[in-house]
Amino acid sequence: MRVSLFITCLSDIFYPEVGKDVVEVLERNGCQVDFPMNQTCCGQPAFNSGYRTEAKESAKHMISVFEDAEYVVSPSGSCVAMLKEYPHLFDEGSELRKRAQQLANKSYEFTQFLVYVLKKDDVQSSFHKKVTYHTSCHMTRLLGEKEAPFRLMEHVEGMEYVPLHKSYECCGFGGTFSVKMPSISNEMVEEKVRNIEESGADYLIGADCSCLMNIEGKLKRKGSHVEVMHIAELLNHSSKEGDHHGNED
Amino acid sequence: MGMKISDQSFEDRTKSGIEDLFMRENVQSAQDRLRSARLNAAEDMGDWEEWRKMGEDIRNHTIQHLDYYLKLLSDKVSELGGHVHFARTPEEANEYITQIAEEKKAKSVVKSKSMVTEEIGMNEALEAVGCEVLETDLGEYILQVDEHDPPSHIVAPALHKNREQIRDVYQERLGYEGTEEPEELTRFTREQLREKFMKADIGITGCNFAIAESGTVSLVTNEGNARLVSTVPKTQITVMGMERVVPTWKEWEVLITLLARSSVGQKLTTYVTALTGPRQKGEVDGPDDFHLVIVDNGRSKILGTEFQSILHCIRCAACINVCPVYSHVGGHSYGSIYPGPVGAILSPLLGGYEDYKELPYASSLCGACTEACPVKIPLHELLVRHRENMVEKEKKSEMSERMLMKMFKFGATHPKFYQLGVNAAEKVSREKDIKRGPGLMNNWTQSRDFPAPKKESFRKWYANRKQNGRSSS
Ligand code: SF4
Repeated sequence: MRVSLFITCLSDIFYPEVGKDVVEVLERNGCQVDFPMNQTCCGQPAFNSGYRTEAKESAKHMISVFEDAEYVVSPSGSCVAMLKEYPHLFDEGSELRKRAQQLANKSYEFTQFLVYVLKKDDVQSSFHKKVTYHTSCHMTRLLGEKEAPFRLMEHVEGMEYVPLHKSYECCGFGGTFSVKMPSISNEMVEEKVRNIEESGADYLIGADCSCLMNIEGKLKRKGSHVEVMHIAELLNHSSKEGDHHGNED
Repeated sequence: MGMKISDQSFEDRTKSGIEDLFMRENVQSAQDRLRSARLNAAEDMGDWEEWRKMGEDIRNHTIQHLDYYLKLLSDKVSELGGHVHFARTPEEANEYITQIAEEKKAKSVVKSKSMVTEEIGMNEALEAVGCEVLETDLGEYILQVDEHDPPSHIVAPALHKNREQIRDVYQERLGYEGTEEPEELTRFTREQLREKFMKADIGITGCNFAIAESGTVSLVTNEGNARLVSTVPKTQITVMGMERVVPTWKEWEVLITLLARSSVGQKLTTYVTALTGPRQKGEVDGPDDFHLVIVDNGRSKILGTEFQSILHCIRCAACINVCPVYSHVGGHSYGSIYPGPVGAILSPLLGGYEDYKELPYASSLCGACTEACPVKIPLHELLVRHRENMVEKEKKSEMSERMLMKMFKFGATHPKFYQLGVNAAEKVSREKDIKRGPGLMNNWTQSRDFPAPKKESFRKWYANRKQNGRSSS
């Protein structure tokens, strides 16, 4: 199966290891992964700030970048939700809307792709730690995906999962919200981090680098012992073969 | 008071909200309670999504044919001997209402809970013509006693106060000597109110839904006070926003079910009161005189715009009860009697961007509101529509932001340029996280670390890997 990776700008620059883990997990599960070098950003920062014209231009670019892809897979529920927003940016009946719809139809968040397309709940990973999970808002509410990460986590060998109090609550990232309304955003992430620490977990797993960046930033600032890990890294983790399934980093 | 409740800046308001830890605790415990009550009530219903869809369809249909249903309602009420007045502005509404008060030589007015009368500042208008106005809803009464503290929530207006604070208000202003037990506080309130009820010349109510086919006004309350307000005084005035109409009893049943479950998680709120016109021959109660005031105040301007669906709102407050921003800043921070997500959309529409330009940005777009709304209003999307309006039509966004977005667009559509950006990021890579960033970034680093870019971006890793023949094809 041919898969085109949409890495997202945040992962590309700040969390490249997440991309490597995605590539390795997909390859191990029989996919050919390619990475269209011309990809940029999904346009969400502009869109959510009200810059629809600018967002439209990003959309047009991304539509053409992924035109030939069979599947587009991305380690971010939020950015995939943005791809799914693309059709609404263009006039009904227009050619671009049709192409945007095609892109939307073949785009999957990483865990969705594993569970629904590859039909794998078990990707043979193991992790002997206590974890909790952050259900990102865009993943659960905009993309409507509440299950896939949990189905995969259930099969991670040796892992203990503890629930997170008020897991449904936003972490306070919200893109430009975090710098436009820093004090409110801070109160939200304060609460999130308090609940994470009280869960007793050693690791916080999540499927969106943006939320993780926010939460990790707060955990670190507070000197917390809890570490943050993207679900791709968890699923690429094997205790038997040392630290990692892959051996390239 | 009107819709606007504060002259302070948004920053000052949210700052005092965040610092008021008592208030936040009250708000959060109420939110938790209401949230689980709502979810339980929804679960009882079986297919809640099906109900929401029905609610959405009903509201959509009604608002699309608003003129038709308003005409039907108005004809029906007139047929029953009531008087209907359409008011385009708060001034027009207040003029009509005060005129009635003056004609009746009214000295005292009793009122059940109504947001729209707050919106138009009716109490002040009546007081200006020498009429005493008494709030009979427990929450509104507390606020009135507390020197007109503004409401912070559309269903539970005194949500920001806990019972100890309420006891203190009563002690200070009314010489109350009891405890902070809710039953005792309520009993005391009832005693205060009862006497005044009997003497009131005019009863004024809001309206949850007006049923067009029968000309009926229906009200839901927790305390049954609406019934007293609408049966004891000889003259009754009902004030409604023009969107509060439903076609028939059939639709009413769906909406009242959604409303009761979404707002307080009850099967039905304790009291549902229905009033159909003035007292008819052979009826034992009801007013001699009935007036229905239908208020526009900017609503008709929303029709036909991208914001039309906000007129579907049934004022259940479910969106407010799940909003994480509201939970940390409280209702007063919104500067409007309409707080939370619904308020962030409605307030700028009714009151203009000048006073409420920050509200659409006071959201992380987490979508909790949209998920909770019983009539499926896409609330977080409407917040984005406001932002678009401010950027594209009103040109209210900051110059620096516009520049940034121009650059963004260029970068996002020119892969070579984008690549340069990634290369530059790799260059400033370092081991440690960033503890203090420049400019806007400082807003982030004030309270949390920011990751440093990695030495090798993903794209570089991928390119190298491919060169070394490790691509997966
Ligand atoms: S917007 Fe929806 S959830 Fe909010 S008050 Fe109105 S009906 Fe209720």
